[in-house]
Amino acid sequence: MTAALHFDHVSKTYRGARGTLQALTEVSFDIQPGEFFGLLGPNGAGKTTLISILAGLSRATQGRVTVMGHDVVSDYAAARKSLGIVPQELVFDPFFSVRETLRIQSGYFGVTGNDAWIDELLAGLGLADKANANMRQLSGGMKRRVLVAQALVHRPPVIVLDEPTAGVDVELRQTLWSFIARLNKEGHTVLLTTHYLEEAEALCGRIAMLKQGRVVALERTSALLAGTASTMLRFKTDDALPPELAAQARVTGRIAQIKAQDAAQVEAVLARLRAAGVRVEDLEIGRADLEDVFLDIMQGRAPAAVQPVAEVQ
Amino acid sequence: MLAGAGTLYYKEVLRFWKVSFQTVGAPVLTAVLYLLIFGHVLEDHVKVYDQVGYTSFLIPGLVMMSVLQNSFANSSSSLIQSKITGNLVFLLVAPLSHWAWFVAYVGASVTRGLVVGAGVLAVTVWFGPPSFAQPLWALVFAVLGAALMGSLGLIAGLWAEKFDQMAAFQNFIVMPMTFLAGVFYSIHSLPAIWQKVSHLNPFFYMIDGFRHGFFGVSDVSPWLSLAVVGSSLIVVSAITLRLLASGYKLRS
Repeated sequence: MTAALHFDHVSKTYRGARGTLQALTEVSFDIQPGEFFGLLGPNGAGKTTLISILAGLSRATQGRVTVMGHDVVSDYAAARKSLGIVPQELVFDPFFSVRETLRIQSGYFGVTGNDAWIDELLAGLGLADKANANMRQLSGGMKRRVLVAQALVHRPPVIVLDEPTAGVDVELRQTLWSFIARLNKEGHTVLLTTHYLEEAEALCGRIAMLKQGRVVALERTSALLAGTASTMLRFKTDDALPPELAAQARVTGRIAQIKAQDAAQVEAVLARLRAAGVRVEDLEIGRADLEDVFLDIMQGRAPAAVQPVAEVQ
Repeated sequence: MLAGAGTLYYKEVLRFWKVSFQTVGAPVLTAVLYLLIFGHVLEDHVKVYDQVGYTSFLIPGLVMMSVLQNSFANSSSSLIQSKITGNLVFLLVAPLSHWAWFVAYVGASVTRGLVVGAGVLAVTVWFGPPSFAQPLWALVFAVLGAALMGSLGLIAGLWAEKFDQMAAFQNFIVMPMTFLAGVFYSIHSLPAIWQKVSHLNPFFYMIDGFRHGFFGVSDVSPWLSLAVVGSSLIVVSAITLRLLASGYKLRS
């Protein structure tokens, strides 16, 4: 079966007046048709560079990328027709209304007279009453919805969302995800980059993690989570943790999280907290989530099962 | 491909038409002001061709100057605005060839140039009915000149990264070259050295050829003007297409 997206040893070097920057190094992986795939990594890991190469906004220094079997450079027209990109930046053309924007974008792809689909997109994304509003009059969240509609207007089989929920409200997130999930169920391939790891955990069947331009993990989401078979102790406290616990704890405000391999370790941590006189509230014991896995991998502490990735599929 | 280029052309025309007060109305008013002031002041003092009054002489020059400046302004300002606001990404992710970009942007520039030119001409009817000795020449030079400027506007739009770079291109290259191309005078009234310099200015041939269509007389043969304007258009278009194909300042 032809991969929906195929990244083959993709490297990208930026050469500028201030020296060279190796943005991507030998990135290789495939995404199969119908997958919901997450691309994660900290800022500057190379996610947007990889998507730019895929979209034709940027050119790989080495390697090749195909979309539904079409090379993004030598067969760019077919590749781009198969691709719907939701850019990260909130950009719009201030001259046009929402409907004009969508008709024009559709026309660029050679698709005309598809007002029925445009109406379906507007309804699905909660934009029906804004169809004739000028783009300038829309709120940030509404503009984001139009960006999604623009990416889908030519009915591409592959949809790429580059941090689509950055800075948007809860309601839009829900609308957006239910719409994208529906498209995925209907057979569209989805590639998502996001900073919200709970979104990736909930939506993505498979995940690749990038760090400094290299793939450092590539697994089914369930396998990534199973790979860290640890238990997580979460509690709130206003007190300082004893030094040996503080060293291994992840602290966010009043919330502290400490990893424990088994029940005996949980007991040991609790005993140490008690001995140090730390007052603990809302104690809970849960399994590690994707955020824990992500931090482990980015800090080079991942279990052997999930890193590093040399070759894929 | 055809639908893609057609859509981009439509979008570019719609863009300037939505702000036609600024993109068509303003240049027409400017040209009429030039005509009122220069025509009134110089009508009885300047003799250019036998049997052609100064105001009549001035009209085709002003029409062509408006055509050229507005053709350039259309492609250049559209492209730089899209680059700076970031909405050029919608075009960059589309399956449009460099030919589609070229045809659409230059086509829209020619359209704006001709619309403004027609507007200026329509208003100047008030100063006396225009004579069209050889109208086909006028049309040929208006279209070729507008295409040349639309193409040049694309180059400027690709090259410029900031609005002040674009303003510099317009104010230090396009404006002087159009003003010094014989809009307001016949180059025969210039000293010999400036006549020679004027012959190096391709804008001179666009305006002189266009004027030939009105009066059937011109400073140089319309065929020479056609050769200069036609070959300039080919060279500038080739450069533009090359830049578009290479993704110059568009794709990193």
